[in-house]
Order: sequence, then C-alpha cells, then structure tokens
Amino acid sequence: MSFLLPCPNCGPRPVDEFSCAGEVTVRPQGAPSLRELTSYLYFKRNVAGVQREWWCHRLGCEAWFTAERDTRTNEVLSIDVPEPAGPAAPDAPPLPDTPAV
Amino acid sequence: MRLPPQPDERIDREAAIPFTFHGSRVTGFAGDTIASALFGEGQRVYSRSFKYHRARGLLCCSGNCPNCMMRVDGVPNVRTCVTPLHEGAKVEAQNFWGSLDHDLLTLTDKVGGPFTPVGFYYRTMIRPRRAWPLYERFLRSVAGLGKVEKHGGRTRRYDVEHRRADVLVVGASEAGVESAREAAGREGRVVLVDNGLDPLPDLEGVEAVRGTAIGVYEGGLVPVDAGTVLHRYRAGRVVVAAGAIEQPLLFPGNDLVGVVLPEAVRRLVGRWSLRPGARAVVVSADQRGLETVSLLEQAGTEVAEAVDLRTTRVREIAARGRGGRVASVELDGKKLDCDLLVMSGGRQPAYALLAHAGASVEYDPGRGIFLTSAIPQGVDAVGAAAGDGVAAAAPSATYNGASGKGKCFVCICEDVTDKDVKRAIAEGFDSIELAKRYTTVTMGPCQGKLCHLPSIRLYARENETDEASIGTTTARPPWQPVELGLLAGRPHEPAQRTSIHHRHKELGAKMMWTGTWRRPHSYGDPSGEAKNVHDALGVIDVSTLGKLVVRGPDAAAFLERLYPNRFGDMKTGRIRYGVLGSDAGRIMDDGTIARLAEEDYYVTTTSTGAGAVLEWFEWWNAVWGLDVGIANVTGALAAVNVAGPHARELMSRLTDLDVSNDAFTYLDAKHAHVAGVPSLVLRIGFVGELGYEIHFPSPYGEHVWNSILERGADLGALPFGLEPQRILRLEKMHILVGQDTDSESNVFEASMPWIAKMDKDDFVGKWSLERVQERGFREQLVGFEMANGVVPPEGGQIVVDGRPGGRVTSSRWSQHLGKAIGMGWVPPELAEDGAEIAIKVDGSVERAHVRLRPFFDPDGEHLRT
Repeated sequence: MSFLLPCPNCGPRPVDEFSCAGEVTVRPQGAPSLRELTSYLYFKRNVAGVQREWWCHRLGCEAWFTAERDTRTNEVLSIDVPEPAGPAAPDAPPLPDTPAV
Repeated sequence: MRLPPQPDERIDREAAIPFTFHGSRVTGFAGDTIASALFGEGQRVYSRSFKYHRARGLLCCSGNCPNCMMRVDGVPNVRTCVTPLHEGAKVEAQNFWGSLDHDLLTLTDKVGGPFTPVGFYYRTMIRPRRAWPLYERFLRSVAGLGKVEKHGGRTRRYDVEHRRADVLVVGASEAGVESAREAAGREGRVVLVDNGLDPLPDLEGVEAVRGTAIGVYEGGLVPVDAGTVLHRYRAGRVVVAAGAIEQPLLFPGNDLVGVVLPEAVRRLVGRWSLRPGARAVVVSADQRGLETVSLLEQAGTEVAEAVDLRTTRVREIAARGRGGRVASVELDGKKLDCDLLVMSGGRQPAYALLAHAGASVEYDPGRGIFLTSAIPQGVDAVGAAAGDGVAAAAPSATYNGASGKGKCFVCICEDVTDKDVKRAIAEGFDSIELAKRYTTVTMGPCQGKLCHLPSIRLYARENETDEASIGTTTARPPWQPVELGLLAGRPHEPAQRTSIHHRHKELGAKMMWTGTWRRPHSYGDPSGEAKNVHDALGVIDVSTLGKLVVRGPDAAAFLERLYPNRFGDMKTGRIRYGVLGSDAGRIMDDGTIARLAEEDYYVTTTSTGAGAVLEWFEWWNAVWGLDVGIANVTGALAAVNVAGPHARELMSRLTDLDVSNDAFTYLDAKHAHVAGVPSLVLRIGFVGELGYEIHFPSPYGEHVWNSILERGADLGALPFGLEPQRILRLEKMHILVGQDTDSESNVFEASMPWIAKMDKDDFVGKWSLERVQERGFREQLVGFEMANGVVPPEGGQIVVDGRPGGRVTSSRWSQHLGKAIGMGWVPPELAEDGAEIAIKVDGSVERAHVRLRPFFDPDGEHLRT
C-alpha cells in the first residue's frame, strides 16, 4: 500500500499518513436485536470493488472524511467531507497573559 | 599486471590505491573496482559457492551474479565488481572453511552430490530423529554466504529521504538519456537514476542521481538505493530504461572460474586494461559474444575458437576444470585447451521494474525472451528493457548437461543443477511457482537475472511444452540486493518531553518511556516517595495526560453519547470520572471530565491515549455532526499533581483561593492563580490522598514545579515518579487502562458498574453492555492481597481447581500497608470479598484473598477531608 490519498484539506498525500477506520457502516437505531448488533459490530461486507470507507489524516490536518476506493486497485474515486452542524469550533486554547511572578 | 594503455581505459595509472585483501597489502588504481584491482593482482577465485563450495570467479562483472560478493570493511555480501575501490578498504572473501583457495567444504561437491539434492536436509538428515539439533547446528553454521558480526557495533548510518519527480528515468542507457532529454524542460522536474560506473550524464534540466531503483510501487513510489541513503521518489511518470541482461548457457562446468559473459571481457579489457586469459574459446548465440573476439585479440589473448551457435550446430558443450578453473572445452568431443571461456546466450530485457508496476510478462517464442505488455499508465519502457534489439534464441547445444559429466548449473546463486530441476519435475512440482519455491531457483542474490530464462526453458523442455505455457514467476521488489539497514533507515523514535523534563533530570530522576513520553520512573526511592505522599506531600508531573477542550451548544449531548456516564446533569465547576468505551462495549480509555461552563468541558485522558481519544471524538462528531468543537491542548498545558496530608496547606500558600474543605470540595474544578500562573485546579485523588491537579500553560512548568518544592519544603514536599504513583493507585484499586484492562474488558466485568447509566437512551457501547448483563459475567476484575507477602509477577496465572482460571494484571509491595497487593481477573464466582484464590509464583502456588474495596482508605476519607 503506497498509493496517494486525496485529503480534502491537504491534497494527495501518501497513504501512510492516514488511518483507515474501515468501511462506512450504518449504526442501528433504537434497540437492535442481537443479530443486528453483531452484524453491525463484526460483519463487514469486505467487497472486492468500490467501497466507501472512513479515513482520517492522522499525521496531517486530522480531518475525517469518507472515500470511495476500489479495493482491488486502490484507485480513489471520490472523497466526501461530512457536513458540520454549526459554527462551533472552539478558538485556540485560552493562553493567559504573562502572569506577574 | 596491466596491459599497455588501452584507448578507453578508465584507470588512472598515476593514482595507486592501497588496500588489503585478507590482511595482505595490495594495490589498485583510481577507476578500479575492488574486483578489478584484485584481478590485476592475479586473483581469480573470488568466492565459494553457496552449497557445494565450488570456486567461483568473475562471471558477469556487471553486478548481477553472486560470484564476486565479499566482505568489505565489515559489510558482508558486497558485489565487488561494481564497488569502486577506496583507499584502505579491508576486503575479505566469504563462505569458506580454511582458505579461499583450499576450502575444506568442497567436500560437499566431491562426495556430497548424491546426498545433497534440493531440500536434502529434510530428506537425508531426518534420521536419527534426535540428532536433528546437531544437524541443524551444523547446517546453520555453513548456510548462507556472508556473516554478520553478531556483536558488532553500528558501523554505518542510514537515512531515508522523501523526494519528488515529475519524470523519473531509471537507467542512463542511450534510450534513458534520450527520454530524460526529451522530458527536460517540458515535464517539470526530471530525474535520471543510474547505478553504473561511468560519470552521470550532465543534461540540462535533468537531475542525475547515482543509485539503484529497487522497485516500483503503487502511486509512482520508486525507492532508490544510494548507498547509505534511501531516496523514496514519488514520480508522476516512471521511465524504465534498465537495459538487458546477458544470459549464460547451460552446459556441464558452466560455473568454472574462467567461464565468463561477454560484458566481463568488455570491462576487463576496455575499462581496466586487464588480460582476461591466455587462451580463449568463445561460444556465443548472439553478436555480443562474437564481438569479444577482437577485444581479446587486442588484449593479447589467443582465441582458440569462436563458435557462432546460430550458424554452427553444436550438440554438446562441456567445460572441464582443474582446481576449479576451466582448463579445456569440449565441443562435440573436440577438446580445446583454454583458460577462458566466453559464453553468451543472448540477452533478456530487464523487465522486473515494469512487472512490479503491474505490467504482464509473456514469452516471445520468436526472439526467445520474456517481454512486457499492458504496461500500466504512468510507466514507460524504453530501449532494451522494452525489448528493442534484444534476442536470446535458445541454441540447441545447451541443456545437454545430463549427457555430459560434471555439474551443469541452472542457478549459480543457490547451486541448483539441471538434475535438481529435473528431479523436482519428476517429483511433481509441475507449476513454475511451486518448483521455484522447492528448488529455490531465482531466489538467490541475482533474483533471477541469470537463471530465470534458462530455468523456464529447462522446465519447458522437460515438460515437453513451450515456455509460454510454463509462464513466469512473480517479480517482487527489491530488484537488487539491499542492505537491511537501508530498509530500516535511521530510527526515528519521537520522544516527547514535558516542560519540566530538565528539572526531573537535575533531581536525579530515572527516566522511562510511556508511549512516546519520557517520564520519571522515580527519583531513586519508589517506596520512600510513595510513603512521603501518605505522610507529608508529594508532587508529580502529569503533563503527559491528554487534555481536550470540548465546547459548544451540543457539548453535553456529545459527551453523553460518547460516555456511559452522565454529564448533562453536572454542575458547572464539578468533575466526574469517565470511562470511554467502544460500541462493542470495550474499555478504551479513562480520565476526568470537568464542566467549566454550561457549554465548556475539560476532558483528560490517559497519557498514551490522548491521540486515540482525540481521533475517536473527531470521528464520532464527523458521524453525528453535532454543534461542538474539540481542541487538543495536551501540549499547550502542563500539569502537576500535589498530593498528601499537607496539600491543602501548600495550596493556601500558592493561591489566594479559599481552599477550605467546604469552599473547595472533592471533585471541584476552579480557576485560580497558582504561584502567579493562571491555572485550572482540579481536586481529584488518583493516588488516594488529598490532592490537587494543577493545569497551566506549559511554558511555566519549571516555575510552578520549583515554587511547589520551595514553598512546600518545610511541609516535606518531595517529587514522586511513576512507579510510586503506581503503588499508590494500586492501594486505591484504581485501574490503569491497558494494564488492568485489555481489548476484551468492559465496565461491568471490570467492576465499575456504576459508570454505566443504562437508563440513558443511547451511548456508544450501550447495547453491548446490555448483552453483558444478559449473558452474565465471564470474569471479573478484583483486588487481592497475598497471604504471605510474596509479590506475584504481573501477567502471572491465577489457579482455580488446579487449572488456569485467571491472571494477575498489577502487583506491588505496599510499604504503607505492609502487604503484597494486586489486581487480577478471576471467575465471577470468586469475585467475593475474602474468597481464597491461588496464584502461581515461580512454579509454586501462593494463597491470596480477594478484596473488592480499595486496600487503602476504602471510604475515601483521605480524599474528602
């Protein structure tokens, strides 16, 4: 695995800068049955073909995004950034003024 | 002895270069390689072969075959024919017992033949069975070529560089240079890589690099071996101009010293002005071989006969040797004395890099070579590598080894003869991939450069089919042998230090790694440091804790969803302990969460978990899209924990906060100035005594630390390290995630059921925890104290009814309690206060009693007063 993955913020970067959280799964709603729960947790589709998966640019901008990748060729067909709900990112951590020591 | 100056010689006869060969002082010239200098000094035997210890001399002289590999300056397996000579080089031959000229292990060649077929050690050395360890020891001592000094120090330093190229041309052949010139100025950054001996071409707009491209990986990644630096090139387009490789002929004695490929003659005569032999025979299936005739004559070598196999039909070729060196050649029975035999089986395009990139490789019966097709986008082949002007028709004279006497080598790296290959086929290894693994043909240092084509021809012949249906084996990087150090590179182990690091060193701390952090293990006396926390006042640097700010209108909802605990009902200025779990219900991390304002939480994580927790938070928020932001302030803030009975007195001296128990109660979080530094003070008690955790901007680390030690000196303030902290937390039965829990642990079985608020609508892991409740516990995390004070090993076994029933996760001697205490996993029926368990310690079984409540201060009075 040495393909380039396009980060939404940083552009194409070597794949070893990213962490992959596997294929996009659908978290069951309400009170899932045991089968629904274990399917969600353990049964992956593991396709030989195009798959939507979660990636995080861990050694870069730390952004999470989804990518459509062909698992046979490692060709990345598209990426998608989840929409944030609102403008709430905190500012830089409050660094106080120089204290009188 | 050198010839008179040759027209194109590359040696500088004025510049003698002294070096040593097996300790003897010898000399070469500038422009020599190690091998050519030795040849000039009369050396003909360069190595002993892999299995039969046959004498081997220069064969390809192009860095392809294994024959010239020697130990140079302590580095084994250096291909001396392409390694420029340097002054003072210490050169030694490899793989012999006794001496290079009289190797005792040639016995395997003389008598071992029938007993040493491929995989012989699995056939002939299996009886008696109990003797295998002896056999194995012997085999291991004689196997392999170069020896690595087991206790040798690091002699070379390796580095990795990441580089970019728009066009990367591999090989400064005519076609390669042409491609580079064409691309220059039009396609951005053009790089030309070459591993030859000639000076790199100076082309405008082209960066020329000395090195060997060892593979082509996806994404245009081409690692280039440049000696002690590995250049990792990312290329937009790769042009492979790696040329073609001269192929040997197969006949008995084809490995004798003095049997050479045409390029060896070219280089010895043309480049280094050396006479390759006195009397030569040339047997060639192409023009290249015949071209050596004039060169040989020029060098004063008598050419006894030159045979063009394309026009002259020869049924049998056999070389006879004396003392491992060729003495005569028989062509259909006609004996010709000679000390040099030039053989040429044509050339095979060097397609390996193209195959790495994904091109398909097919046999072209018309030209007798393997050619690449369907070369993927972004990769081009030019020149001989693409098959231009290359052919290697199979002369019928070869492969008659069976009829002649003597060994006929298909693979000289691994000493595999035609008989071995035939035997493998007879045994049923009909697939080329299986036969390769069984016979190890193509798996030696040459990686198939000299044996791939001949071996496949032999398979085809023996299976009575054609080469195309035999197919080819998969080419994998590296294409040339690479030093392991180069692949490992320089160890880049990131080390994180807290802002108080240097004070710890000054105080005599013994440092240790926790994840990437450097932390004080102790300041020399772990027990004493722990005792001082109980008796007076201790201070520990906890800057390594992960620290996250979670802020926004949905901050409470966000944490409620992530953690099994409840956070929405927390009052501002209060703190709660939280355990983070996955949807499978497993414990991932733990820490404290302080609510600083309605929409503002301050989350701490374990020291090694900070990165993973941040990633986890960000991921779930990418899924949920809640109105919340997360900032990692781990590095921005330092933190120290002051703990002990005098902690309150110290805090009253350092702050103007009302630190009375009523005004600043257990699990309160308050902003304050500590020693003048604006800080967040959390009253928590990981170590079991009254304690305050002070978080403040990193740059003030040393100032705050010093202030605590100075102002608390009369209170007995002393630093304590990680080891005493672990004793103290164990006395309180506080878990360490990753130490007491593993990837199977959940909060119920880890005896923290109060954490999980199962009446919440949903949280990550809720359903799995419900499952744990339904199915019942399989094991449970408990504390234990040893009956007679022996400290069991961490990871030790807890024995139930004579069988393994659990394991110890933490254990320490507590000076304060005068007991050996620990935590471990036991079957649920034993998770009762006072239950007796047995723990294995050094082979014997020791008794212990289960404790469900903290060993020290079970009601937490010390924390709350």
